[in-house]
Amino acid sequence: MHELSITKSMLDLVLDQAQKNGAEKVQGITLVIGEMSGVVDDCVRFYFDFLSKGTIAEGAHISVKIMPAQARCRECGKQFKLNGLDWLCPSCGTTQINIVEGKELYLESIEVP
Amino acid sequence: MKIKILKDILSANDQRAKENRELLNRNGILAINFTASPGAGKTSLILETINRLKADIKIGVVEGDVSSSLDAEMVVKKGVPVVQINTGGTCHLDATMVASAFNNLPLEEIELLLIENVGNLICPAAFALGEDLNVLISSVPEGDDKPHKYPVMFSKAHLVVLNKIDLLPHVLFDLPAFTEAVKGLNNGVEIFEVSCKTGQGIERWTSWLSNRLNKRPSTS
Ligand SMILES: Nc1nc2c(ncn2[C@@H]2O[C@H](COP(=O)(O)OP(=O)(O)OP(=O)(O)O)[C@@H](O)[C@H]2O)c(=O)[nH]1
Ligand SMILES: [Mg+2]
Ligand SMILES: [Zn+2]
Repeated sequence: MHELSITKSMLDLVLDQAQKNGAEKVQGITLVIGEMSGVVDDCVRFYFDFLSKGTIAEGAHISVKIMPAQARCRECGKQFKLNGLDWLCPSCGTTQINIVEGKELYLESIEVP
Repeated sequence: MKIKILKDILSANDQRAKENRELLNRNGILAINFTASPGAGKTSLILETINRLKADIKIGVVEGDVSSSLDAEMVVKKGVPVVQINTGGTCHLDATMVASAFNNLPLEEIELLLIENVGNLICPAAFALGEDLNVLISSVPEGDDKPHKYPVMFSKAHLVVLNKIDLLPHVLFDLPAFTEAVKGLNNGVEIFEVSCKTGQGIERWTSWLSNRLNKRPSTS
């Protein structure tokens, strides 16, 4: 839903970092997106093609690493994958959990000539 | 050649939010970002809060709305300064929009700033505005399964308000299950059960808020 503003911010960050590194072209972009961030990677690609026209990042290939949703139990410390249905700790059965992974939304790297 | 960056995509928004926060702090303002689904009762709670606290506390309001100004008009009638932000279709407020609203608010005359975010339980989670408190409003007719459907929002909230408790007798809503789900995801978070219709529980919310306001670092 908010992919348009996310993609704008991502492009700004990519262009800024490319300039800081003296790059004249960006060929590739690697993003890390958490499963729970609510961001759909295909939407990001779609907006990117359109927003990046005429910039040095036009045509860059976007690779996305999806981070699975992980939680840790506050009672027994067990870390487990959230499957979206079961919100109980698989080892002790409490609901007392912290989401520890899956909210990520960052630019990991850029590929330049 | 690969260049490692490892930077948050929304770091520019985070930076602007930090600047907003500094400006608010300099003016001694406590800012609350109200997030909720459409129709959960953001405007109703803001109006109730104004009704109860207006005599003692100087309040300002920022109304985020996709297109209309209906909510802002209701606030104007209460005689408090309000700025309407039309997000033009965007599903959340961001720190830049809120910063531009500050230009149209008498900040030096405000102690409590109430910000109504766009009705949506996904996108606002990612966009900090510079608020002190993130208050999530859920309401009885939405159902008791919302915490697990929107876990990121529920886990980030500083406070959860459950509105429309006057409807509990008419709706299938498992209050203990809701409470356990919220507290499971968000350790120690306080839940205020209220009805903006009957006024039940509003007093507890506003006295909590007045207390919190008194704990603000004083500016001079
Ligand atoms: N029964 C009942 N109805 C309520 C309560 N609080 C609000 N409402 C009604 O719920 C509807 C939506 O309330 P609003 O305060 O406009 O909700 P909102 O979250 O600001 O809505 P949007 O800005 O459109 O997203 C209105 O018709 C209110 O009168 C309540 O405690 N009980
Ligand atoms: Mg409203
Ligand atoms: Zn456990």
